[in-house]
Amino acid sequence: MRLGRLSKVTLGAITGLVLALIYVPLLVVLVNSFSTSKNLVWPPPGFTLEWWGKAFRNAGALEALWTSVLVALSSTIIALVLGTLISIALQRYQFFGRDTVSLLVILPIALPGIVTGIALNNAFRTILDLKLTILTVIIAHATFCIVTVFNNVLARLRRMGTNFEEASSDLGAGLWTTFRLVTFPQLRSALFAGGLLAFALSFDEIVVTTFTIGGGVETLPIWILNNLFRPNQAPVVSVIAVVLVVVSVIPIYIAQRIAGSEQTRR
Amino acid sequence: MTSKAPEADTSTPPTHPARDRVAAPSITLARRASTYLSRHARLRLAVLLSAPLLWLGLVYVAALAALLITALWTVDSFTGQISQTWTLDNIVAVVTGSLYQTVTLRTVGVAILVTIVDIVIALPIAFFMAKVASPRLQRILVIAVLMPLWASYLVKAYAWRSVLSQDGLWDFVVAPFGIESPGYGLPATVITLSYLWLPYVILPIYAGLERVPDSLLEASSDLGARTWRTLGLVVLPMLWPAIIAGSIFSFSLSLGDYITVNIVGGTNQLLGNLVYTNVGAANNLPLAASIALIPIVIMFVYLAAVRRTGALNNL
Repeated sequence: MRLGRLSKVTLGAITGLVLALIYVPLLVVLVNSFSTSKNLVWPPPGFTLEWWGKAFRNAGALEALWTSVLVALSSTIIALVLGTLISIALQRYQFFGRDTVSLLVILPIALPGIVTGIALNNAFRTILDLKLTILTVIIAHATFCIVTVFNNVLARLRRMGTNFEEASSDLGAGLWTTFRLVTFPQLRSALFAGGLLAFALSFDEIVVTTFTIGGGVETLPIWILNNLFRPNQAPVVSVIAVVLVVVSVIPIYIAQRIAGSEQTRR
Repeated sequence: MTSKAPEADTSTPPTHPARDRVAAPSITLARRASTYLSRHARLRLAVLLSAPLLWLGLVYVAALAALLITALWTVDSFTGQISQTWTLDNIVAVVTGSLYQTVTLRTVGVAILVTIVDIVIALPIAFFMAKVASPRLQRILVIAVLMPLWASYLVKAYAWRSVLSQDGLWDFVVAPFGIESPGYGLPATVITLSYLWLPYVILPIYAGLERVPDSLLEASSDLGARTWRTLGLVVLPMLWPAIIAGSIFSFSLSLGDYITVNIVGGTNQLLGNLVYTNVGAANNLPLAASIALIPIVIMFVYLAAVRRTGALNNL
């Protein structure tokens, strides 16, 4: 198939147009963060830096940000360990029930968030009689984050093959030494990519979180939800959104660099 | 176990010159465990699987099972406490109630529409990214697609609320051309959800297209197939699992959403809203659990239907 110039230009134009449309709402948020109007009136009646100052002095938002980072980091670490274990098991071994196990891993993300949310809420509150805390949120998030690590590591293991590992054990390395010196270095960038996705997934999660978080604790999305419709807070929310998008460029760029330097070009 | 000396069964012959100078391997407990494990593949597998399976089984499968059980209980209308009397009333009410039927149809309709919109938009973009763009542009495009994922879900939904509002951006830019803003309602919900899940659909399709070798496309063209024929006979069959993988995301995420519809959906309710009100305000967990069984059944049917395409390996 050789694409003509016209088809290439058309495809490029569609891509450009859709990307532009994707960014329009984000630009609206950016502009709103400077707008003097609290009700998102378009075009903005005037511009101010008031909201940016307020956002950085907003104790509730900063605390929620810290909670979110803590939750996302903890659930990412749990997901990294469990996801790596399960992907090695599924990729390197044949066993009865293998398909069921792989279905089990993707189930928490394939079932709607509301199902995961109410199932865990019910299990924690009604069955186990636990109080909902930040810990229950971490457990819930880790459960659906396993799949992102799993996918990345599984794909890497498939591509790696077993030659190096076999060579290592032929040369006398024990299982742990082989993993530490041979398998892990090859998995590192896949773990980074999977971990990054897990972090992002947890950081922005709201549906499952509303069902598993206790009173008095707020993750950033919960704080945003609670403040979105308060007229004095809406512009502050816009500021925080802008900051998050801008900051997100760094990890995505690093992940891309790692993936790009390893990938053999097509 | 970190000792560099070779294991007894795989070591070099004793005549090896270096052998004399290397200290004899110390048989630590860890090394003995490692040797034992390396001879017992089943045990190794058990060690690998136990922690994740314990987690998924205890946390998730048990929770889903408990949800099913709770659906069979009832709430004492006097104390508001859950009473563990077994009854099918909740499930019967959900299956036969016209409210639940209407809302289920509406939710599935929204989810299907969102999925179709996303796939139609994602296909040309993913194709451009994977097969036309230069490696450099490709990297930039992947970043451009990924970045909106980091903007908060809520803020994006709220941005659409502001775009679609009266005197919002839509009325300012598009309305003069004769297309009125859809206002708040189901069309706004479909637009916003499609917007939110689009990156999740683009990425698997892009990854799927990356796996289609250029040589196959060239071969197809050398054998005389035109572009559309190549797309239909070569690309699409290889891409199908990736498309389904993307659709699982958009379909499932739409099926369980109740926040977007609150923000831009006007007074419309989706299944998620019914579950949420029954957990919170109405405090009827058994009924909420029964309603939650609807999306579970729908997703299981969907997953079972697409399982054979291999889509689940493309998520």
